[in-house]
Amino acid sequence: MRQDFSPPAPGRMPHHSFRRFFMPLFAIVALMLVALAPQQAHAFSDEQLRQNAEQLNAKSSTKKLDVIEKMAADGDPRVAPILEAMLGGDLYVSKADDKVVIGKKQGKVWQHIDVVSGAVTGESGSGDLDKIRINNRLRGALRDALATLNLFSPDLATRRAAVETVMDTRDPAMAPLLQRAIDRENDPELLARMELAKATMALAAGKTSQERLDAIDILASQTTPQIRAVLLQFVNAAEAENYDPKVVAAAKDAVASVEGRLKMWQTGGDVYRGISLGSVLLLAAVGLAITFGVMGVINMAHGEMIMIGAYTTYAVQQAFMVWWPAGIGWSLAVAVPMAFLVSGGVGVVVERLIIRFLYGRPLETLLATWGLSLFLQQAIRSIFGASNRQVVAPDFMSGAIEFSTGLVLTYNRLWIILFSLLVVGGIAIVLRYTAFGLQMRAVTQNRRMAGSVGIRTGYVDALTFGLGSGIAGIAGVALSQIDNVSPNLGQGYIIDSFMVVVFGGVGNLWGTVLGAFSLGIVNKFLEPVAGAVLAKIFVLVALILFIQKRPKGLFALKGRAVEA
Amino acid sequence: MTDYRQKYKMTPVLGWLLQDRGGMILLGILLAGSILIPIGNLLIPEGSAFHVPTWMLGLLGKYLCYALLALSVDLIWGFCGILSLGHGAFFALGGYAMGMYLMRQIGDRGVYGDPVLPDFMVFLNWKELPWYWYGFDHFSMAVIMAMLVPGLLAFVFGFLAFRSRVTGVYLSIITQAMTYALLLAFFRNDMGFGGNNGLTDFKDILGFDLQSDQTRCVLVVASAVMLALCYLVARGITQSRLGKVLIAIRDAESRVRFTGYRVEYYKLFVFTVSAVMAGIAGALYVPQIGIINPGEFAPAASIEVVIWVAVGGRGTLYGAVLGAFIVNYAKTFFTGVMPDFWLFFLGGLFVAVTLFLPKGVIGAVPAFGGTAGPGAQGNWRERLAAWRANQGGKA
Repeated sequence: MRQDFSPPAPGRMPHHSFRRFFMPLFAIVALMLVALAPQQAHAFSDEQLRQNAEQLNAKSSTKKLDVIEKMAADGDPRVAPILEAMLGGDLYVSKADDKVVIGKKQGKVWQHIDVVSGAVTGESGSGDLDKIRINNRLRGALRDALATLNLFSPDLATRRAAVETVMDTRDPAMAPLLQRAIDRENDPELLARMELAKATMALAAGKTSQERLDAIDILASQTTPQIRAVLLQFVNAAEAENYDPKVVAAAKDAVASVEGRLKMWQTGGDVYRGISLGSVLLLAAVGLAITFGVMGVINMAHGEMIMIGAYTTYAVQQAFMVWWPAGIGWSLAVAVPMAFLVSGGVGVVVERLIIRFLYGRPLETLLATWGLSLFLQQAIRSIFGASNRQVVAPDFMSGAIEFSTGLVLTYNRLWIILFSLLVVGGIAIVLRYTAFGLQMRAVTQNRRMAGSVGIRTGYVDALTFGLGSGIAGIAGVALSQIDNVSPNLGQGYIIDSFMVVVFGGVGNLWGTVLGAFSLGIVNKFLEPVAGAVLAKIFVLVALILFIQKRPKGLFALKGRAVEA
Repeated sequence: MTDYRQKYKMTPVLGWLLQDRGGMILLGILLAGSILIPIGNLLIPEGSAFHVPTWMLGLLGKYLCYALLALSVDLIWGFCGILSLGHGAFFALGGYAMGMYLMRQIGDRGVYGDPVLPDFMVFLNWKELPWYWYGFDHFSMAVIMAMLVPGLLAFVFGFLAFRSRVTGVYLSIITQAMTYALLLAFFRNDMGFGGNNGLTDFKDILGFDLQSDQTRCVLVVASAVMLALCYLVARGITQSRLGKVLIAIRDAESRVRFTGYRVEYYKLFVFTVSAVMAGIAGALYVPQIGIINPGEFAPAASIEVVIWVAVGGRGTLYGAVLGAFIVNYAKTFFTGVMPDFWLFFLGGLFVAVTLFLPKGVIGAVPAFGGTAGPGAQGNWRERLAAWRANQGGKA
């Protein structure tokens, strides 16, 4: 409730915000307003309205035009249906009593609908009705009239849209009508919006310096690209036509302040997009942080474990479609453990069949797992085909929060940020608080000692590799929501994930988290400046240079271990 | 093996040549090929069983260039333990240098008929040649650049990496990042290298038509000669005292450093030489294939080169050449007969060679068994035990 009806805080004007979550609420409020609106919006008396409507049957179209404008200018909500009928060619004159009625074909007869009350007053054959003729000029006038009348529509959403139209066109002729709409409006949020529209209009139409200054004052507190455009336009006009220097200065100040706040939002948006990219990198890299970081095994097939997770998501979804179409919303929830099991299972098999023979030979491991990745890609291509598979997003993941400042937060990205943090938290808990985590850390720190106290190090190796692969599978579930599910899915992430792990420091989960988010944010900050591809190149080059400086990453394990 | 040097009091160079059985065979084959292939293609009529068809010239030329690339990788991986997963970048840079020359040779015969600008620049509405294209209308410039650019990149990259002791898999990963960054860069149209499509539609080289059989024969022979020369250079390096230090670095880097050698300089030298060789391979590759595009920078392509070396036999030089021919012939064969199977085969090859053939095909042949294969002694159980013992001391 508060979100939608508290007066808008500066800089935050959610005009489509929270659409999904607050829709039902909205509907109720809208209904209440519909019930309220007619009582306080009557401007014409019934008699006046009827008189005006009768005049629509005037002989000359100029006369008709005058009447239409007169009716529209008043803003009576009952006018709109009449004009709509006229535009649609449904406005007739009954031959019997010479009254203007709305005709509606009901089977073979025509119902006469009273223009004032909207009640059915009689029926007749088509011969008893004379259509009120309109030409193109009238059609145009009718459309304009209807557009302004929407400002008085009982429906909140229609009014809202009408205000936006007024803001966009900024036709000074609309000013009096807008004023009347403001007088009648009782939705605080829309009222603020209308005042804003009035100010933009006053800026364009204002005659005295004071009027202009007042308008600038109102606009300066706003934070939308639209207002910035309005103000900039005004500054140009003011400079060209030598307005009062005080006005020009005030307008320039206003532009600067709007721009300053927009820039802050922009920065906030960049940070958000960076975090979003970082969460994707984190998901892709965190499994690698276990296999590479903890075990020291280079798994070039890590990307393929992600891909297998994504295909598991697809397979689960297909299974739901066949056996339980109604429960399709649950498919992702089932896919997460399934993907963990499938990818993790593949990981354990791979460790037993290949990796364990290659411990201590990291370069050979790298080559063998690369071969494995080619093999898995081709296997998936043979089973599922080379084309992209469609994974549908569940309802709660589609849609977005939009701010009027231009920032858009899509739900799927928000979920993925949350999900990545959950996954990392889960891993941290497994490592810290479970028996398996304890054994894993023991084997990493001192393999022989761990073996001496009875830990089966071979099993721990296999399970650790399985855990890393399983997590890659979970990442695949998330990535299937934002990327194409194709046999090449994993390849796109492998280099990035290695970068994250190497940057963050091997064997350190928090290093991986920090590495992923900082790489994501740096990337997104560079993007507007340099373009997406160059930004990526810069980040890669910066990383290569960074590794020169700190060959063991951001958080290197301290100690006297010397390789080779 | 007999030490011919002692026996016949020979100069060292001749000595290590005669001692090198695999090398002698390789050089013999290359020499014979250089003579027989042009004869087979140009002199023997088409109907004959000994005729070498034109398509085979293209294939042989390609294999020879790949073999040279594999040789360059073996020089650093087999003898110095530097596993570069970005050697395709040097290859592609050499290729681009030659491609730029060939592009300028098209002149006004392009689709748009511009006498100076290549087609893609006209298409992008560029008005004049970017400064880095100047001079590429001279063949000598292209040849120099094909060696200089990869060499310089390797020098700078290696200087930074080896100085700060980036070794092992870290080095592999950043070489991969390097070639990936170049891949992204060359995909950009603004770079002025033809973007996605790369450089193609070449007409002639040094005034000779690239499509004619004579030119193709010359290019194949040039590739063979270049391969032979580079083999000799690589062999010379590895047999010299410097080569001994390199092998020592491969086997125990820290120990060499503690003995007082500046490990980074040795590595830098061999890495740069290797990159120049890769650049030469690329420069020979482009006129024979007729196109160079950013795909050559793909990390996957560079990793594939490593498997050629591993299949043939790491640390033997001629093994790398053999591996390049075996794997690439298999690729030509499988992609023609059953394309789906190729990746299964290649993937399986990676796994099988690392698990079962650590010394490659050459290592499996008894006559060559004595060659210097890097630390693959003992079976995996012993290695595993050794590794685990090693792990015990780590913090």
